[in-house]
Amino acid sequence: MTSLFKVENLSLRFGGLKAVDDVSFEVQKGEVFTIIGPNGAGKTSIFNLISRLYEPTSGKLFYEGNDITHVPAHKIAKLGIARTFQNIELFENASLLSNLLVGRHCFSKTQLWQELLFLPNVKYAERAHRHKVEEVIEFLDLQAYRDKLIAGLPYGVRKVTEVARALCSEPKLILLDEPSSGLNVEETDDMSFWIRDIKNDLGITVLMVEHDMSLVRRVSDRVLALNYGKVLALGTHEEVQRHPDVVAAYLGA
Amino acid sequence: MLDFIQQLVSGIALGCVYGLIALGVVLIYKTTEVVNFAQGDLMMLGGFFAYTFIGILGLNYWAGFALSVLAMGLVGMLAERLLVRPILGFPQFAIVMATIGLGIFLRSIAGMIWGTDDLKIETPFSTGVVHMGDLVLAHDKLSVIVATLLLCLVLYLFFNKTRLGTAMRGTSENMLAAYYMGIPVKRVVSLVWAISAMVAACAGVLLAPITFIHSNVGLALGLASFPAAVLGGFGSIPGAVVGGVIIGVLQTLAGFYMAEGWKNVFPYIILLAVLLLKPEGLFGALGRKKV
Amino acid sequence: MRFLFKTTYDQDIRLFQHPGQVWSYLALLAVMIVAPMVLSSYVMSQFTFVLIYALVGVSLMILVGYTGQASLGHAAFLAIGAYTAGYLQSKGVPFSIYFPLAGLLTGLVGVLVGFPALRLHGIYLLIATISFSFIVEEILARWEHVTNGNEGMRVKSLELFGHEINRGSDYFYYLCLAVLVAAIVLTLNLMRSPTGRAFIAVRDSETAARSMGVDIAATKVRAFGLSAALTGFAGVLYAHKLSFISPEMFTLALSIEFIMVIIIGGALGLHGAILGAMFIVMVDPFLTWLKDDVPGFVSSIASLLGAGAARVKSIEDTTAGLASTAGLKGLIYGIIIMLFILFEPYGLYGRWLKIKLFFQMFPLYKKATFKRQKVYVKTERNR
Repeated sequence: MTSLFKVENLSLRFGGLKAVDDVSFEVQKGEVFTIIGPNGAGKTSIFNLISRLYEPTSGKLFYEGNDITHVPAHKIAKLGIARTFQNIELFENASLLSNLLVGRHCFSKTQLWQELLFLPNVKYAERAHRHKVEEVIEFLDLQAYRDKLIAGLPYGVRKVTEVARALCSEPKLILLDEPSSGLNVEETDDMSFWIRDIKNDLGITVLMVEHDMSLVRRVSDRVLALNYGKVLALGTHEEVQRHPDVVAAYLGA
Repeated sequence: MLDFIQQLVSGIALGCVYGLIALGVVLIYKTTEVVNFAQGDLMMLGGFFAYTFIGILGLNYWAGFALSVLAMGLVGMLAERLLVRPILGFPQFAIVMATIGLGIFLRSIAGMIWGTDDLKIETPFSTGVVHMGDLVLAHDKLSVIVATLLLCLVLYLFFNKTRLGTAMRGTSENMLAAYYMGIPVKRVVSLVWAISAMVAACAGVLLAPITFIHSNVGLALGLASFPAAVLGGFGSIPGAVVGGVIIGVLQTLAGFYMAEGWKNVFPYIILLAVLLLKPEGLFGALGRKKV
Repeated sequence: MRFLFKTTYDQDIRLFQHPGQVWSYLALLAVMIVAPMVLSSYVMSQFTFVLIYALVGVSLMILVGYTGQASLGHAAFLAIGAYTAGYLQSKGVPFSIYFPLAGLLTGLVGVLVGFPALRLHGIYLLIATISFSFIVEEILARWEHVTNGNEGMRVKSLELFGHEINRGSDYFYYLCLAVLVAAIVLTLNLMRSPTGRAFIAVRDSETAARSMGVDIAATKVRAFGLSAALTGFAGVLYAHKLSFISPEMFTLALSIEFIMVIIIGGALGLHGAILGAMFIVMVDPFLTWLKDDVPGFVSSIASLLGAGAARVKSIEDTTAGLASTAGLKGLIYGIIIMLFILFEPYGLYGRWLKIKLFFQMFPLYKKATFKRQKVYVKTERNR
């Protein structure tokens, strides 16, 4: 298995607080890699560092062998990395369809003046984008909510829409930030099936942050445990679960 | 040199007025994140109330001062109750436009009730100068500076030594959490608007001997106080006064030493420079969204 | 209630979703074309103002309604467009050149304003645009050899393809109508393509937009540039309509009037810009009507109710006095702004949509459909 994404000695400090402390790991192509840890361990900070919303204090990020540590945030999507957000960051006043179409933004090749006049090439591009978005809608069973405004949708649907929007940008690596938080047992089951389908059918590598251990056990190939920004253990789910440091972190020494 | 000091004192006095208005704006902003574009017009209204009490009803200056301050406190609470409270969750732009509308309304009402002529009131500071060597400093400007210092001291004691200050800061961060913690949020917000209006009224009455009382004085000064608030950092109360003084001094000096027309535009050039180079201002701090 | 059964993607991509819409807009266009032949020239003159204000309203919709930026400085863009037209016309440049040039120049200034605006949000942006407006006004007053300073500049009437189009003529009205329709079509095209969706993304969540590959900086700059360019075009028409421009016509008060167009019309859609423009332009005739007709009307009601002749006369005089106070216009503007924000946050277009929904869902309409969830203030400092 080839390494798709590598984090090397990543550190993030907010003043005196070390949010991420010398973290290194490698994500293989086609695997589901989960990061677990108590609250405040730095998991979402790592995601924000990867999607370049934060600047690391030190360390490097490598994607497909290239150093992306200083790539601006809006170029990350084009490289093939997409993410979802822990606290839903959807466009509340737009329809679900519009949200997903924004996910296709990195593929838009039309110029401003062509769009103003709505030339035929813009129309063809719109149809192509719409076709791809419909594929994602079918994959995630969102047909019923296609034209509804996000503001009126229930929480579970919004979580799935986040994943859908990330999938629309045809990523090679998808970052899922707590995909099952706030979902009931049934919805979590659906989410686990979708993650498995994303891995097997779409061939996308999944890097996930999760708290729900049953979901982690069902879906992930490898697990990384964090606490206070530091790596505790890395391995399969059973190895990490039995690791004394991890047990101490979760249950107390 | 003498000219320079004269201009400096004038500038500090003007800056104190800017600072007082900016202080009111920052107070309201710190509590509810509402930027009150009508602050200058509240100041103007304070001056008009003073004219009514002192000029028309013939009361003693200090009694009239106190009464107009109290009256403006009531006006502030009324404005908050009728205009701001119903729209408090709206997007910021809408609330700002509502305060702009309030300002326009107050200006026109003042023009209709008191007329559009310049009005004068008799104050203990209108005449009278202090001689310091060759320097001649007018009492009216000195009164503004002294009063601002006193007001700052009173407000500092009020906000730092009482629980109201913490209550205000909590309300501005997250009103729902403040409700849960037992803070009487609606009363806090009303009180803050009342205090802001009273501060503005003080500025208005103090300003009366310098620029006479008329309905357009609120617009120019009110708008020019925003560069002061931004320079000081939009969340900082001492910053507002310091920013105001700096802008007042620079503007007066610019008016004296530079070509015609620069005087009015100068605060805005400073504002744009601050916004581009150091948006947090002198004492403020910018936050960042946590995702 | 109409249900649309969609079978192709084109039905969503098209401008008009069903034939009924096409017919109603065509009918509207027909009415607007026939209007000059039926209505008086005074009404047509007001209509032309409506068209110009609506054009600025459309440009503000792009910036404020769709991209979520704030601007109280659009009077400055209008001034730049107007003065470019006036200056180039005085140098003999034909309309067909200075019209697009004015729009382009104003658009460029908009782009320049957009760059510093990238770092500013909400209230800071608002204050920055106010400052920009003041500075432009001052520059126009000082740059005497180009703008004639405070004395103002006369603008000769439009000359298109050798024909002189007087500012009161029907052809000027048709020209303004054509420009407005073109602007609306361009904006609608923009909003159904990727850049338009990027605008909405920037408005609703910058973080998410960034992660989707939207270049926030470029998007905001584009929004400013487009909005300024449209206002520049409106400025040219404005200059010709008034035939005389001076710096004190382009003050903060004018910028506030433009924002009022959006507040009154509602930021829901472009219809709001047109409705808002109509409302604003109607205020002046309304005031004249108040001054001329209302005192007589009120006094006749009073005499009907049996008041004596002297009393009637005094009522008429008081009403006349009230109606002609200076500053009544400001009073009305202030009250309108406050009332609309308090009671009609979605504006007139929102009210129209609610009425339409009422009839569509009759008798199942619930007043709580549009009830705003009480939102508690959460700090916007951490956007």
